[in-house]
Amino acid sequence: MRITQGCFSYLPDLTDEQITAQVDYCLSRGWAVGVEHTDDPHPRNTFWQMWGHPMFDLKDAKGVMIEREACRTANPGHYIRLNAFDSTRGFETVTMSFIVTRPQVEPKISMTRTEVDGRQIRYTHTVG
Amino acid sequence: MDAAPDTTLPKTVDLRAEYESSGAREVLEELDADLIGLEPVKQRIRETAALLLVERARKSLGLAHDTPTLHMSFTGNPGTGKTTVALKMAGLLRRLGYVRKGHLVSVTRDDLVGQYIGHTAPKTRDVLKRAMGGVLFIDEAYYLYRPDNERDYGQEAIEILLQVMENMRDDLVVILAGYADRMDTFFSANPGFRSRIAHHIDFPDYSNGELNQIADHMLSVQNYTLSPEAEVALAEYIDLRRGQPHFANARSIRNALDRARLRQANRLFLADAGPLDATALSRIEAEDIRASRVFSGGLDSDRKEAAA
Repeated sequence: MRITQGCFSYLPDLTDEQITAQVDYCLSRGWAVGVEHTDDPHPRNTFWQMWGHPMFDLKDAKGVMIEREACRTANPGHYIRLNAFDSTRGFETVTMSFIVTRPQVEPKISMTRTEVDGRQIRYTHTVG
Repeated sequence: MDAAPDTTLPKTVDLRAEYESSGAREVLEELDADLIGLEPVKQRIRETAALLLVERARKSLGLAHDTPTLHMSFTGNPGTGKTTVALKMAGLLRRLGYVRKGHLVSVTRDDLVGQYIGHTAPKTRDVLKRAMGGVLFIDEAYYLYRPDNERDYGQEAIEILLQVMENMRDDLVVILAGYADRMDTFFSANPGFRSRIAHHIDFPDYSNGELNQIADHMLSVQNYTLSPEAEVALAEYIDLRRGQPHFANARSIRNALDRARLRQANRLFLADAGPLDATALSRIEAEDIRASRVFSGGLDSDRKEAAA
């Protein structure tokens, strides 16, 4: 099942040129870009593993692309996303986040409905 | 060779128009106007610009082309304008489309080499990532290689640099800079560098006349003038300074002028001669320059300061 989080997730996968263009846009706005990856695409899993620190003083997207490639080689079959951090408010805020790499076969996420407290419904999502 | 000619390609190319429209002309004119002397350097840069322009024209006509190797080495004594020229070079390469962003990342050994095992590679990669799309300027590059210590981490940085210089030629240009004799030793110990660097540019020392011109240029930018006696004093100063240790060409002159301004300010303040006009505030007198220790042979501690 194709997971949809962050920007562009309803579009077909971005090509390398498109990712480069997006990163260049982020850098032109003065945002720092970080690479994160995970093997657990559960929607409640907001903390992905960081691949190195966010890169604060890049001028060109190539640096991000190198890290993304290194991350993909080291973690085959993981999801990889890029986060862009904006510091205008005095602290680093995620302003843009998009998935750049998906595994060949994405796991299914199923939903279980449980009736509790009378007719109330609790939803549980399970990856697998 | 002549399979179906591509009709989308232009038949001719006007080098002159390319030269004008790319903005390369402005950079070269700026170089001529801003930098005094350095004729051989300017000549080499004009040649490089011509080569890059022709390569670009060949590409636009669909002729076989290969991204030329652009890594350079700048050798010369301190204060001969290596960093300034590197900055102009970055601008030139960007205008001609050989680097994407055209910024200059200036580093020394400390920025590339780590302090303990496993620290060097990430540090070097970090610098390289920052320099992507621009020019990486490694000042005093020979410090990277320390033959007296075989476990020195500099070697690791050199290996990463060489690899990136070879594989990512489209993404960044590396300029190595340093004193001529030590760079020669460095290159002979690291043949990989010599073969990967196509342009070796040597920066000659400035003549006394050129240093005088440089001083005039610096002063006019800061809105100062020299009185006729001060000009004589400055010419003598340059002559004497050259014979003393730690002479750093234009940098020594800049420091001398900075100190002359300091003394001028002090003189005006102490003289307390009532209202001053703009001429008085911006004129440097001979005594401001003659007060320098250079005229009395130079004290050891002052020599160090002058070289700093």
